[in-house]
This record gives sequence, C-alpha cells and structure tokens, in this order.
Amino acid sequence: MKKIFFIFLFFIISFKNAYSLIKVDITRGNLDPLPIAISPLHVDSKSEKLSLFDTDKLGEEISKVIEQNFRSTGLFNPLKKDSFVQKPDIAHLKPRFEDWRLIKAQALITGKVLIKNKKLKVEFRLWDTIASKEMIALSFTTTPPNWRRVAHIISDKVYERLTGESGYFDTRIIYVSETGPKDRRIKKLGLMDQDGYNTKYLTLGNELVLTPRFNPTNQLVTYMSYFKNMPRVYLLDIETGIQEVVGSFPGMTFAPRFSPDGKKIIMSFAKDGNSDIYTMDLKTRIVEKITNHPSIDTSPSYSPDGKFICFNSDRSGVQQIYVMRSDGTQVKRITFGTGLYGTPVWSPRGDLIAFTKVRKGRFYIGVMRADGTGERLLTENFYQEAPSWSPNGRVLIFYRETKSGSKGEGFSAKLWSIDITGYNERQIKTETDASDPSWSSLLSK
Amino acid sequence: MRFNKALRSLFIVLFSTLIISACSTAKKAADPLKNDVYTGTDTVEYLANGVPDRVFFATNKFNLTTAARDTLRKQATWLRKNKKITVTIEGHADERGTREYNLALGERRANSAKDYLMTYGVSGKRLSVISYGKERPVNPASSPLAWSQNRRSVTVKAN
Repeated sequence: MKKIFFIFLFFIISFKNAYSLIKVDITRGNLDPLPIAISPLHVDSKSEKLSLFDTDKLGEEISKVIEQNFRSTGLFNPLKKDSFVQKPDIAHLKPRFEDWRLIKAQALITGKVLIKNKKLKVEFRLWDTIASKEMIALSFTTTPPNWRRVAHIISDKVYERLTGESGYFDTRIIYVSETGPKDRRIKKLGLMDQDGYNTKYLTLGNELVLTPRFNPTNQLVTYMSYFKNMPRVYLLDIETGIQEVVGSFPGMTFAPRFSPDGKKIIMSFAKDGNSDIYTMDLKTRIVEKITNHPSIDTSPSYSPDGKFICFNSDRSGVQQIYVMRSDGTQVKRITFGTGLYGTPVWSPRGDLIAFTKVRKGRFYIGVMRADGTGERLLTENFYQEAPSWSPNGRVLIFYRETKSGSKGEGFSAKLWSIDITGYNERQIKTETDASDPSWSSLLSK
Repeated sequence: MRFNKALRSLFIVLFSTLIISACSTAKKAADPLKNDVYTGTDTVEYLANGVPDRVFFATNKFNLTTAARDTLRKQATWLRKNKKITVTIEGHADERGTREYNLALGERRANSAKDYLMTYGVSGKRLSVISYGKERPVNPASSPLAWSQNRRSVTVKAN
C-alpha cells in the first residue's frame, strides 16, 4: 500500500509569510465558521484523457472533496461556487482579492491539475484574501486513482496552516460492518477513507468479528474474531490479507490495542470467569500479565508515551476507569462520578481520556483529563459507545445504536463524530450499518 | 407450580409452536421479572424433559439466583445420567453495556454456571465455556423484558 500511495511532494514556494492575519480558533465550539472559497481546480488542457474518470471534471471533483472536508469540521464555511466571479485558471495565477472579499471569503484555495504520462500532478495555493497574500503553494505528483487522497492531503495542509494544528483528512477508519437481523448480525471488517469513500471489506462475514484497531503505521489491524468458535485476538496485515491468531491463550482473548510503538498488543484474557490484562510482544512472543485481580479488567489503552495504561475494571463493584503504570504498578481509580464508566481511550496528545458513561439508562461520550478531573460529557443518547480519537486529538468517532421494536425492527448502528468541544456532531456515511470505529493516524506524515 | 412447569415442558415437546404462542399470551398476565431477573419460560428450551437449558441474571450481575441453581441442579442430574454428553455453556449479556465489558461479563456468567455444575458432580472436562457478550440476543427488542431474557447462560449439547 505504501508503494502505491507514495506521493511526491514539492514545495514550490515555502511560507513567505511567517504570520497571517487569518487564524481559526479550534479550542472552543466555533459559532462563526471561517468563510473559505474553494475554487474548482483548473484542468490543464494538455491533460490526457483516462477511462478512470472524466478528466475535464477532475478539478471540480477535487475541490468538492476539499469542500466537504472543511464543511465537516464545523470550523469553516465553504462558500457556494456560483458566487465565484474569477475563473479557476486566472484565480490560481493571481486572484483579484477584492472580488473574493466581496463574497466575504477570508481564505481562498485555487489549484491546477495536469495528467501527463499517466501521472497526476496537482498544485494548489492558499490565499489570505484580507491580507492579499499567498499562504501556501504546494504541488503533488501521484497515480491518477489516488486523486481523492490528493484532495485530503491538500485539506490537511490548509487546515494545518489555518488552525495551527495537524489535520486528519488523509486518514482511514477501520470498523465493523453490520448487516442482517439484530439477533443474527453478520459482521465484517470494513475499511474506508475518513469521509466514507473507498470502502473495502477485509473479512467475508463467515465469523463474528469485533473491535478492530490500527497499529501506528496503519498497516496492521488487531481485532477479535470468533473463527472456529474460538473467540481470540487476531492480527491482520491489510496489504497481504494474512491473518494470524495472537498468542496461544487457552481461552477468550479480547479488547486488543497496539502499544504506541507498535511492538506489543495489549488485551484481556478471560480465564475461569476472570478477565485480566496481558501484553504480548509481537516479535519475541513474550506474554506478560499486567493486572492480577479477581474482577473484570478490560478495555486497556496506552498513553501515547507508552508509560501508562488506562483501563476498565469493576473491582469497586461497578465499571470504573483506572490508570496504572505500564508494568501494572500504581493502579489508581480516576472516575468517581455517579454512573458506570467504560471504554477509556487515551488521546494522541496525551492530555485527555475519552470514555463511555452510563447513567440512569442513558449513554454518554465524554472526555476528562488523565487524572480524572475536568469531566465533560459531549453527547447523550439511547445507546452509544467506543470513542476513537482523530490523530490530532480534536474529534472523536464512536457508534450509536437505536432502540428497536418488539421484533427488533427499527434497529440501526451508525458511526458518528463529535468535536471535543461538544459541537459539530454528525453521522459518518457508511455503506452498511457500522460499529466499533477506529481512526488511523495520518497516512502521509 | 412445579407440576405446572413439568406439564408445560411436556406440552412443549409435543406441540411446540402451538404451546409456545399460548404460553407467551398466558405469561403476559404475570410479571416475568423479579428483582431484575427473568422468571418466565418464553425463551427457554429443554435439554430433556423437565431440564431447562438456561438460567437468567440480573443487570451487571453474575451470581446465580435460587431459580438458576434449581435449573442447574436439574442439568447436573441429567448430565450425570448421560455421561457421554458434553456441553458448551454460552454466556450472554444484554445490549445495555459496553461491548468489551459485556464479553467479560458473559464469560463470568457462563463460568458461574460451569462452577455450579462441577460442584454437583459434573466433570469440568465435559463443560466448555464461550462468551458471546451482547452479540447474540435471543429477544431483539429494546425493552426491560427482552434485556432480562438476554442476560443468560445457556447450556448447549456439544456432541
């Protein structure tokens, strides 16, 4: 996959201006999103025609992907294209800033597309229309089927420049695709771009699969499968399709995740009714028992520096969240609020832990600091759980199930995302019902 | 009451579909939930005449109720009489808990049943355990009744 998706990146002009007048504040819910004009990219008339897509429309298609990415953030307001006065090719050379200011655009993206020798070359520029200055100019060369990825990378570059944070558009979601009646669900591993496109199914649905999670390089996935009616943690290489069971445990293993260095898998192993947390080193195959307690210990997740583990335990009598050192010492309970807490996941920035909370029959997705203080509940519903972080730690994706009728009718499971500000809750498009989403890191770093 | 149950199970064997529908109508009158545990028989199947296949649990609990112990003793007696039979005990949870915790909870429930059967003289070698968490509800509705029917461990013949 790395080979196919290798993208050449050239800086035409690096940042001429060390500062800019426009800046998007993403630390709070943005009620006044930044108006941004995304001009259709100009298609060079020398471009070759391909059967893959309509070359003439490629510039417009790329701009639509970028537009959708920015709209989904809730931080930007992409302006309607029919109000644009300047033609894409002219705007890309030198925008008439006063025209763009007139339609209230504060930032402008322009670009050019050329297909030559079966290679796709895309260049783009980001302009500050208030200061009348160019902010970024970049060019990419890749294979034509990669055109959506180019749009995502452009989106990331612009997001980064305007917010000061890294983006999350050139990413994928691994999840569980669900079909069939509620009491006989067929579940497959699904893989798609962050915006719901390019869906692939990685298993056939012959056995139940649950809780897939990426390794740090996004090439491996660890998940749980009921293959041959033996519920175990598995490892799947996305590129080769090779699957293997992780370790040789004499009972159910579940709730797997990778360590931040990708060397270990941390998971629960259930023995005689008692679930404890274990790690297995993928190279040496050495298994270590991390917790040793007669309660249920599960849903482990490492801090990004690998020094700590947050996990779910009912040792107090009900599900609560605990933090310990990665060797299992210094176990400390961090949740004390009313209700149950589950599925803790450490933010990639290290500062927050996202979780599911159950109180009075309602389900909440929330965040708190790693010491358990500053709890904020972001969304409440009939049933929702299992948050996963965007790589920049600004957005959570999770799944939500609806209440069903007496025969199971009306049941659905969908993926949703929400900003950690608590704003911008939205459903993520999937081909089928979906659950257990897990966000990749940025594919191109 | 016990006589009634035995009689009913006999009927189920004889005219299963007809009687099950009759039962569910009849059961609606009585309260099938006691202290959060299902006490009805709508979803129950039988390993043999008078030997129910499943026991029910309270929310987030894995301890066996008096009724559950009663059922498991019947299963133990039946298993001791039929020495060639091996069984799988399937542990389940309702849909009102997080997936991973529910897998552990289902495992615990199945092991509660297994331990009790072993106490009553069934060899652990004949008993295997699997947890399905909340993945295989028997009643797909979202209601307290359905959830109570889904919080269960089911003893299934494996050979």
